[in-house]
Amino acid sequence: MSRVVVLAGGLSHERDVSLRSGRRVSQALRGHGVDVDELDISAELLPALQSDPPACVIPLVHGAAGEDGALRDVLELVGVPYVGARPDACRLAFDKPVAKTLVARAGLRTPAAVALPAEAFKELGARTVMDSVLAEVGLPLVVKPARGGSALGCTVVRAADALPGAMVSCFAYDRVALVERFVAGTEVAVTVLEQPAGELRALPPVEVRPDGEVYDYAARYTAGATEFVAPAEIPAGALTACEEAALTAHRTLGLRHLSRTDLMVDAEGVWFLEVNVAPGVTDTSLVPLAVEAAGLDLGAVYAELAATARSGD
Amino acid sequence: MSEGTPARISRHTRLDSYVDRYATRTRGMTASEIRALFAVASRPEVVSLAGGMPSISSLPLDAVADTVARLVAARGASVLQYGSGQGDPVLREQICTVMAPEGIDAHPDDVVVTVGSQQGLDLVTRIFCDPGDVVICEAPSYVGALGVFRAYECDVVHVEMDDDGLVPEALRQALGTLRARGARVKFVYTVPNHHNPAGVTLSWPRRAEVLAICAEHDVLLVEDNPYGLLGFKGDPLPALRAEEAERVVYLGSFSKTFAPGLRVGWVLAPHAVREKLVLAQESATLCPPAFSQAVVSTYLAEHDWRGQVSAFSETYRERRDAMLEAMTEHLPGSVRWTRPDGGFYVWATLPEGLDAKAMLPRAVTARVAYVPGTAFYADGFGTRCVRLSYCHPTPERIREGVRRLAKVLGAELELRAIFGTAPAGARGAASRYETAGPDSS
Repeated sequence: MSRVVVLAGGLSHERDVSLRSGRRVSQALRGHGVDVDELDISAELLPALQSDPPACVIPLVHGAAGEDGALRDVLELVGVPYVGARPDACRLAFDKPVAKTLVARAGLRTPAAVALPAEAFKELGARTVMDSVLAEVGLPLVVKPARGGSALGCTVVRAADALPGAMVSCFAYDRVALVERFVAGTEVAVTVLEQPAGELRALPPVEVRPDGEVYDYAARYTAGATEFVAPAEIPAGALTACEEAALTAHRTLGLRHLSRTDLMVDAEGVWFLEVNVAPGVTDTSLVPLAVEAAGLDLGAVYAELAATARSGD
Repeated sequence: MSEGTPARISRHTRLDSYVDRYATRTRGMTASEIRALFAVASRPEVVSLAGGMPSISSLPLDAVADTVARLVAARGASVLQYGSGQGDPVLREQICTVMAPEGIDAHPDDVVVTVGSQQGLDLVTRIFCDPGDVVICEAPSYVGALGVFRAYECDVVHVEMDDDGLVPEALRQALGTLRARGARVKFVYTVPNHHNPAGVTLSWPRRAEVLAICAEHDVLLVEDNPYGLLGFKGDPLPALRAEEAERVVYLGSFSKTFAPGLRVGWVLAPHAVREKLVLAQESATLCPPAFSQAVVSTYLAEHDWRGQVSAFSETYRERRDAMLEAMTEHLPGSVRWTRPDGGFYVWATLPEGLDAKAMLPRAVTARVAYVPGTAFYADGFGTRCVRLSYCHPTPERIREGVRRLAKVLGAELELRAIFGTAPAGARGAASRYETAGPDSS
């Protein structure tokens, strides 16, 4: 294939993760014989894409701008083929409360939650709103930014007096907080891959077993801090349910090419947490583990996705 | 959920084959979201008041390039070869000249050239400290030093500072308490001039007091002095080493007076200590980089290095002024800060209830960065503090950065007012020299 541009970096809080994802995918593609340029988001990007259009762009910019559809809107304007969901689908998927609502309508189980902007606490009184949240969602609960990744700004709250602090930490990352019932169970991630012929394939679910209580930033990006199991060691029925949930989320949100859905499995079944339209591909990320568990090669997967994107799918 | 057996044989991995084999001292070496945020701070859109990078563009780079080219052409066979473990003899003589303005009368034989003064501190700690030994540091202290002490598994005890630097009575009390409980105190580590991060300077009267207390308790003093020549008020104060040769190990550096990329620093130590440092240096690196030493030596010999240091100081003074003026103009009255008379840093204490580390993502979103105060404590203090660096951005960028920081502070204060709380895990609220409860985050 002629030249592919891997876009990584950007200005979100996940810049470092994105750069690592970009390097890994670039290396994998080069190992597969693909000519790759790695570019960052800057004022020079669009002129570069316009003056020497690549065969395809692989956006691996995580966080806002990278995953909220804005970057892909720009790629559409420039007319360059790219791997991944289209802008409107990104806008739905990247916003966790919106994604939860849509997949719930499609029949997936998702933990009870409320999404609240900081202004709501200001206008209605923080204590009153927090009391209502505690009554509605219950303890333990998770506070997370409505838009963001890598568990940045996420806090598990087990006591009511820890909720205000968790809200403040969350609002450092986003203006809207998602307060969600905490599901104790097995954490599983499922990668959905679009095949060259267009059909969707759920790769083996990867189970996440962090050493600590939660799969936080350190657990995600410190090699050795988390044990991964692929396929997840859960009953066969649960494995299938996880795969089906990820496929449902991918289809419901109108995603394209590749996505990763994060789920929890407990005695009640499978719970949808969130979906990623530009999932991490770092040395400790879940997508490469799923690819490996499926017996695939990461470079071949991304080369195929680039070919699919280029073919105008 | 339906019962059943796992569908396939699963592979278990931690993505690190050596996870059970690392030394226990690596336990704290984990990915950090704060460190990751600094990847954003390096972007030009962000005004970084975080890093302590010297203003290298102030150097006569063409002249330095010419020096380097001539060095390779004329002396390549020697300057690209291994060198002495103690460092180049000519450079060691020149280093004695560099130390003279601070009153140090040293012999080149007592100088050991190191890979930056950071390696000097590493070697000093290596030869003195066993795990569990105590090192006394200022509160706050240089983050790079704390990293070295952690690597050698030392126990760090912080001692109070104020606007005149280390507080002698607090040092005396700490030494007394530690001795009473049988702690092995190996040395007192101090940055006496234009402190990193506090920006303050140990006053002249206190220097004698600190030395007397160290003598009284028979404890070594490690004087780390990278900023001594970068003052804004005339001649530098005499170094501690100038007053006491036997009890002081002195660390010097060309990173701020010339160029940090060359990684050339030095240790000036009593004879017996120096002997061990040379052996430690040889086992660590064989020798400090001969080429970098040759560049520094030639630069000192051929260029007006004193004039360049004055030019650096003037650049930093202008930037310090820009920062202090902008802080006065834009920051809330409840923020307090030091007024450095040299060096690179202002140390600011935020209003009660704020947590600088928790606020950093908001700051990065607003395109301004700083270093949260907890980085400068070994024990989690410094929650409310930030180090603001003025050495690298231009005065215009500094003013813009402070404006952005003021907006971030305003938003954070509003949020705190709404929730009336400190963030999760931030129970304590240590200010510049206070010793409030620890930050457990």
